[in-house]
Amino acid sequence: MPQFQARVLVSLRPSVLDPAGEAARSAAQRIGVEGVSKLRIGKSVDLAIDAPDEDEARRRLEVLSDRLLANPVIEDWSLDIEPLNHSNES
Amino acid sequence: MTIGVVVFPGSNCDRDVRWASEGCLGMSTKFLWHETRDLGGLDAVVLPGGFSYGDYLRCGALARYAPVLESLLEFVRNGGKVLGICNGFQVLTELGLLPGALTRNKGLNFICQPTKLSVTSSRSTWLKDHNKGDLLCLPIAHGEGRYQCSEDTLFRLQDEDSISLRYCNNPNGSVYDIAGITNSKGNVLGLMPHPERACDPLIGGIDGRGILNGLLG
Repeated sequence: MPQFQARVLVSLRPSVLDPAGEAARSAAQRIGVEGVSKLRIGKSVDLAIDAPDEDEARRRLEVLSDRLLANPVIEDWSLDIEPLNHSNES
Repeated sequence: MTIGVVVFPGSNCDRDVRWASEGCLGMSTKFLWHETRDLGGLDAVVLPGGFSYGDYLRCGALARYAPVLESLLEFVRNGGKVLGICNGFQVLTELGLLPGALTRNKGLNFICQPTKLSVTSSRSTWLKDHNKGDLLCLPIAHGEGRYQCSEDTLFRLQDEDSISLRYCNNPNGSVYDIAGITNSKGNVLGLMPHPERACDPLIGGIDGRGILNGLLG
């Protein structure tokens, strides 16, 4: 069975306040890094998945992202996926 | 009449709820391990405060797939009463039984203090002991209690008269000072404050009794 590696990025929706991001942004100023006008903190989730093909792997990870990894009420997510090992495919 | 208190790994207010419901208010109360699916014989269910499954990923995100909550969805459909306190409120929003989400407090601090609340709806039987405009003092204890929802959802909550409790001095940045809401049917209440910690005069007040009495009302 082909294997795929994927990364799901979860970020707070632009309309949702990110107080942790704001706190980190003020710390950027404190260490002398000027000009940071936006800093928002999200999550990065690395996955490996076995699936018959890339479409199926993507479909499964979309379900996972939408139902578990992100809460669509407050978060957006994006998915990157690529085959992990071509030599296993015949 | 019996109520059930769900116990997730990481719940830490389950025994407080039982102490209040059974010890202070005389309700027969039993614990429900998160793996059970049997809610037979129960008149109401409480999702207590704490850190279910460590609150990994997001508060309540993993708990929402617990076996006991599959049965809870049916329990709610059949009109059963469900009270979600603090982490329990977070679980109810993740489950989709209540709209919106609870996010990191605006000031980033974990806040643990008595808080003044105003009763903004007495539509549901949860607040039948109170009138609209009554003031309550209940403890809060949370780091992620900032209620967030879309404008449409807020309008709907207002139209349906589903906003039960609002903070008098918003401590966490919640939209519209929201501290507690019900579903449209009124049988599910979620709130961030802890009524079970305000049921005995010995520990500072009994303003939480009315809400817990609502379990059997």
